[in-house]
Amino acid sequence: MNINMTLIGQTIAFAIFVWFCIKYVWPPISSALHERQKKIADGLDAASRASRDLELAQEQAAQTLRESKEQASQILEQAHKRSTQMIEEAREQARAEGERLVAGARAEIDQEINRAKEELRAQVATLAIVGAERVLEASVDEKAHRKLLDKLAAEL
Amino acid sequence: MAAGNEITAIYYIQHHLQNLTFGRHPELGWKFASTSTEAQEMGFMAIHVDTMGWSIAMGVLFLWLFRKAGQMATTGVPGGLQNAVEMVIEFIENLTRSTFHGKNPHIAPIALTLFMWILLMNTLKILPVDYFPELFGRLGVEYMKIVPTTDVNATLGMALGVFCLIVYYSCKVKGVGGFAKELSLTPFNHWLLIPFNLVLEIVGLIVKPISLALRLFGNMFAGEVIFILIALLPFWAIWVLDVPWAIFHILVVSLQAFIFTTLSIVYLSAAHEHH
Repeated sequence: MNINMTLIGQTIAFAIFVWFCIKYVWPPISSALHERQKKIADGLDAASRASRDLELAQEQAAQTLRESKEQASQILEQAHKRSTQMIEEAREQARAEGERLVAGARAEIDQEINRAKEELRAQVATLAIVGAERVLEASVDEKAHRKLLDKLAAEL
Repeated sequence: MAAGNEITAIYYIQHHLQNLTFGRHPELGWKFASTSTEAQEMGFMAIHVDTMGWSIAMGVLFLWLFRKAGQMATTGVPGGLQNAVEMVIEFIENLTRSTFHGKNPHIAPIALTLFMWILLMNTLKILPVDYFPELFGRLGVEYMKIVPTTDVNATLGMALGVFCLIVYYSCKVKGVGGFAKELSLTPFNHWLLIPFNLVLEIVGLIVKPISLALRLFGNMFAGEVIFILIALLPFWAIWVLDVPWAIFHILVVSLQAFIFTTLSIVYLSAAHEHH
């Protein structure tokens, strides 16, 4: 084993290789590595943030659903109440109307009866007079007896 | 290759452990060494062409692959190459973060270069020991040792680079005076003990790159020798030992690259620390 110029040659080669490596080889790979590392970290971060967002959104959706369900049931209940109320009102109205009608009819009937009675009374007087004339076959002083007959008719 | 006799075996081993050396021979001038002795005679003024060639090829392969991955790098879903590259980068980043306690963005790329380069050079060892020497022999090249980390020059060269970085960062962080103070006043903070401290600290400092280099070289060289010895068996018996040893070496290859890198980071971390 003889030591010779190869020693120097190797040292020079080493120096050049190291220089080249520092200058041209290491930086691009290292920076790419670190950039990717950052990218992956960002990605993971985003993923966790997204999952958190998703959870939040789900919660919100559930909340909204719950609220709307509650609202719907409220509305339903209100409508139910309102319809019962309306039915009640309608019924009330119908009864009132019916009563009014019945009362009207009754009043009319009463009126009719009264009129009929009046008419009858008037006619009865006449009839009585005619009958009496026939019976008596004589003229009766109409004026003299009219008052009497009217009294009689009023008693009917 | 079956060993016909001892001479052939020794020649075979020596041949496979000899680097392709180009240098200035005292008598023959600049040439490729044609024998081990000639290579030895060249002394320091020689260069192992195979070591340099294969190591630079591996370094360029590493930088090219990673550069390509870097250019295609997207922050989206990564493809196959990018995935593999990012895995290595992340591994190195984690290693640096757990081992290096200062703040220096250059440590991780330095560690990456060391790790991938050594890993690729070591991986050449998994290739069968005869292929490349045979191929290059046919092409007229006498010697071809393709695993650069089995050459002590290569490992020591890298360790020397790390050593320079240690000294550079020590001076940069603590200042030249601070570094000198650390060398002379630890572990015994007394002016009378400065020479003793200096000896201790300088030995400690120099041992760092040498231990780095020799650990990697020793492991790889020993493994290579075993591969060559296994290759000396009769051809039908080679796989019985070669396969387990190669599988075991998948572990050694990556482990040694990892150890070199980790220890380098530890040394550089120590260079950044104030006492």
